[in-house]
Amino acid sequence: MSIEIVRTGALATVQDLGRPGLAGLGVGVSGAADRGSLRLANRLVGNDPGAAAIEVTFGGLAFRAVDDLVIAMTGAPCPATAGGFGIGPNAPVRVPAGAQVELGVPPVGLRTYVAVRGGLAVEPVLGSRATDTMSGIGPAVLAPGAVLPVGAPTGPVPGVDVAPVRTMPADEIEVRVLAGPRADWFAGDAVARLGSSAYEVTADSNRVGMRLSGPVLERARDGELPSEGMVRGALQVPPTGQPTLFLADHPVTGGYPVIGVVVGDDVDRTAQARPGQHLRFRVMSGVGPQ
Amino acid sequence: MRLLPCGDAGLLVELADRDEVLALFAGLDRERPDGVIDLVPAARTLLVTFASDVTDLGRVATAVRSVELRGGDRGDAEKLDVPVVYDGADLADVASLTGLSEREVVAAHTGQEWTVAFCGFAPGFGYLVGEDDRLHVPRRTDPRTKVPTGSVALAGEFSGVYPRESPGGWQLIGRTDLVSWDLHREPPALLSPGVRVRFVEVAR
Repeated sequence: MSIEIVRTGALATVQDLGRPGLAGLGVGVSGAADRGSLRLANRLVGNDPGAAAIEVTFGGLAFRAVDDLVIAMTGAPCPATAGGFGIGPNAPVRVPAGAQVELGVPPVGLRTYVAVRGGLAVEPVLGSRATDTMSGIGPAVLAPGAVLPVGAPTGPVPGVDVAPVRTMPADEIEVRVLAGPRADWFAGDAVARLGSSAYEVTADSNRVGMRLSGPVLERARDGELPSEGMVRGALQVPPTGQPTLFLADHPVTGGYPVIGVVVGDDVDRTAQARPGQHLRFRVMSGVGPQ
Repeated sequence: MRLLPCGDAGLLVELADRDEVLALFAGLDRERPDGVIDLVPAARTLLVTFASDVTDLGRVATAVRSVELRGGDRGDAEKLDVPVVYDGADLADVASLTGLSEREVVAAHTGQEWTVAFCGFAPGFGYLVGEDDRLHVPRRTDPRTKVPTGSVALAGEFSGVYPRESPGGWQLIGRTDLVSWDLHREPPALLSPGVRVRFVEVAR
């Protein structure tokens, strides 16, 4: 079984849940930018939650079903057709062999996940089928003409018609942030400033991270921080005072201080923010230095 | 030791020096505590990431504190000989920067044991620290856009082997045939944290 890519839109890659456990070798986790949406797409077609699927950036994907398929789309809700018939998101959809699936541009959100029952069976690299756009590890970025094998189903198709999902906001996305680990490198009011007004997502954004624009976060200390390990969700602040939010393909280490880290599933929601949208950080009190 | 929470699934441990970083890394890597996903050693820190549905910050912090930081504990890390042809484009510059002759640079590089302190920059790129400061040199003021695979280089207090062709600003002193990074090998990186390295001169 396979599918053949006809068109990719701005960027389409194969993603799963990445390569945890190799950061010590300089290999980042990578994987779906919005992990919750990937898991949901897989569950809807009866796959393991971490099976490989297509991550589509800003719609525009078209592919041909070489065999009969069951697919599901999650994340940014693209208008879509299969063999010319309209199909909806967050639901399993049967696609007959030969039919072409076409995704339009989503009215909200940025990344759409297309899971295929059986999962995409491209060759894994270091235990994962994720394309790491920063280190170049994993399958090639998808291009027209690429044929992607589909694996054997591992479980039954769940008896679900449509999964309820949270509506994606058209503008402001509120996310929780824990201050630290390097909040002490900043002026006393910097953490408060971070939460004081919304930050705009700039066009300088990709799977590695998104540059934000908003209140300047001033440093209280000069000098260089020796490089240290970085996590997904980290808000790293270069000397300009404008934070960069790290996403799935972030570098394993970095040399600028991190003022705070977006927590848990909230990173998924930031991965759905388009340039021009705003992030509002709700700074949580809670864990302090141990 | 200072423990700095890094979101809800990470703990950044700040240590006194690199030896402590390697000792804590070795201690946690020997028997990874439940739920720990990644250990990322760096110059002065060890980042511990964990699955927040399996464990929590408190339990990870307890595990970190319970590691006895024995000086010089580098676990059961392997020893690796790296064959090098010392004909790098910057060998003469390194000689003048260090006040050594080219032959003395080679002798200093082969005459000490190096330890991989951490990886970064690119997959499989290890930052090796030596035993003395004779070869501490600044980066090139004019970085190269292409450094060939296998280049053996110096920068700051570190030596390194370029795992694949990439841009780079380190001073090139030689080259090795050793494949330090191979995706189809388990493990893919030969120069992983804690590994002890001897550079061995071979004829060109």
